[in-house]
Amino acid sequence: MNILEIRVGDELPSREHVATNVSLFLYNAAIWNAHRIHYDEPYSINEEGHPGVVIDGPLQGDWLSQCAINWVSDEGQLVSFEYSNRASSCLGETLTSGGTVTEVDIENRLVSVDLFIKNEKGEITTPGSAMLSISE
Amino acid sequence: MALLTEEHRADIGKKSNPITALVTRRDIIKYSIATEQRQEKFLKGDEAPPLFVMGLFSALPTLDKYRPDGIPGGSGAKGPKLPLKRMMAGGTKFRQYRPIRPGDELMGISMMTDIYEKEGRSGPLIFVVREFKITTLSEEPVIDQITSLIAR
Repeated sequence: MNILEIRVGDELPSREHVATNVSLFLYNAAIWNAHRIHYDEPYSINEEGHPGVVIDGPLQGDWLSQCAINWVSDEGQLVSFEYSNRASSCLGETLTSGGTVTEVDIENRLVSVDLFIKNEKGEITTPGSAMLSISE
Repeated sequence: MALLTEEHRADIGKKSNPITALVTRRDIIKYSIATEQRQEKFLKGDEAPPLFVMGLFSALPTLDKYRPDGIPGGSGAKGPKLPLKRMMAGGTKFRQYRPIRPGDELMGISMMTDIYEKEGRSGPLIFVVREFKITTLSEEPVIDQITSLIAR
């Protein structure tokens, strides 16, 4: 990846994410999270008022980070990253991650990107941003 | 209506005891599979994805300590219980100083930096903001993280 060829406005590759009961189980086991909204549908709907089994906010944060780090692959590193879960998403939804280059700092070899996760209605449910360092 | 009291705010700025954790290749691989990573270095466990630390320092109470909603009772602030119980992740700010690799022994210290309430569309919300600093055992910085949890 040549930083001189990166332009403000360049789009990062988008990716569809479809969580399943199995993938959510494995994720929550990996992070040791037993909150029932992520695997017990009747509990999630009846007790916490969600429309279904909730896809973890931090999992969507991970998908956002992947959008950035997969774009630079081994030619860069994530320096900083942030995201905000603005609306919950539930099992059965297809989510799409993507992003856009917002700043290129050639002198310091840093690139800033805005990131998003959109639901099927096109609403951004999880906006984020990241700064990446690009290798020489 | 004010839900939070000075007792709730009393823990602002108090640091937790440090927790140490050994990073294993197997744990990195499990996390990488569950999050559908695509890079080989993550799937082989040679390097941890940046957000791998999400569960590395989770509280590990015995089963009798879990609340009916599946969240460990007594996690988070040691002060009075929050008046709202339904918890959700709010967001994260994250700075990575270097990648995490298998064999790293890391130390995490957390601190509540703010707690406040807001009126949301469907009722009151409480935001709990925590800073989490992850270092090596010799206190070289690895990750600084600020997370917000929302109780509703």
